[in-house]
Amino acid sequence: PNDVPVVEKRLMDVKLGELGSWLGGRDFTPNGIISAVRRGHDRYYNKYINVKKGGIGGVAMLLVGYVALSYLWEYDHIKHDRWRKYH
Amino acid sequence: MTLSFFDQFMSPTYLGIPLMALALTLPWILYPTPSARWLNNRFLALQGWFINRFTQQLLLPLSLGGHKWAALLTSLMIFLITLNMLGLLPYTFTPTTQLSLNLGLAVPLWLATVLIGMRNQPTHALGHLLPEGTPGPLIPVLIIIETISLFIRPLALGVRLTANLTAGHLLIQLIATAAFVLLPLMPMVAILTSTVLVLLTLLEVAVAMIQAYVFVLLLSLYLQENV
Repeated sequence: PNDVPVVEKRLMDVKLGELGSWLGGRDFTPNGIISAVRRGHDRYYNKYINVKKGGIGGVAMLLVGYVALSYLWEYDHIKHDRWRKYH
Repeated sequence: MTLSFFDQFMSPTYLGIPLMALALTLPWILYPTPSARWLNNRFLALQGWFINRFTQQLLLPLSLGGHKWAALLTSLMIFLITLNMLGLLPYTFTPTTQLSLNLGLAVPLWLATVLIGMRNQPTHALGHLLPEGTPGPLIPVLIIIETISLFIRPLALGVRLTANLTAGHLLIQLIATAAFVLLPLMPMVAILTSTVLVLLTLLEVAVAMIQAYVFVLLLSLYLQENV
């Protein structure tokens, strides 16, 4: 039947109990990380930008993600800017 | 309150990584490489058109020796324009507001043009220090002045970019704060201030593009003199 090794399953097919062993078997070497980034980039690119009639949506999603990430980065600093009586 | 206006130019650290690192790698991600196909997607077509037009315009006045700089100047222009425009989004960090970065771009490139000129055609390069047709007694003074103007070029290149962007960002933040604070008190004045804010943001978009262009243009001019 379908007994594929746990590590090689896609994330959506991994059962919750197997999550630990799935994570443990993934490739976290620099090469592995770079290839993972490259695969993610290719998936995004081919789905949203490399299409016949691509609109502004592909880039816009990236930029909104960038804004959100920047906000997350600066949260510790910005949280002091809330409405106060005395600064 | 005044101190917090300058906080937007600090690069906060999160998990040990400064935001500047994210802001500097983003232009790298935003521009896809052309594939082996003849007809790519719209994004690549637009990108290719822009790069070709820009390079053609930039290299028009340069002689053949200057054409070696085409890749460097075009990539510099795209880098600067992306950094500037991305900085206009909310909560983002603009690396070009940091003087260190701008001087780090300006000084080596300017120095390269000067050294190329000195190496290949030293008399011609030194001849730039004295404009033609100056009256005799004025010559010593003018040489000193021209030398000073030569050495101030990298400083001017870096500081110009920094000052323009920093001033723009500060103005946007000040006027936005003013409009926000005035809204419950005097709505009419707040609407006027908001109009100013919209116009200012349009100006900032223009300034972002123009400043990048000016940087690269001046550099190409310095190259043209020396190559």
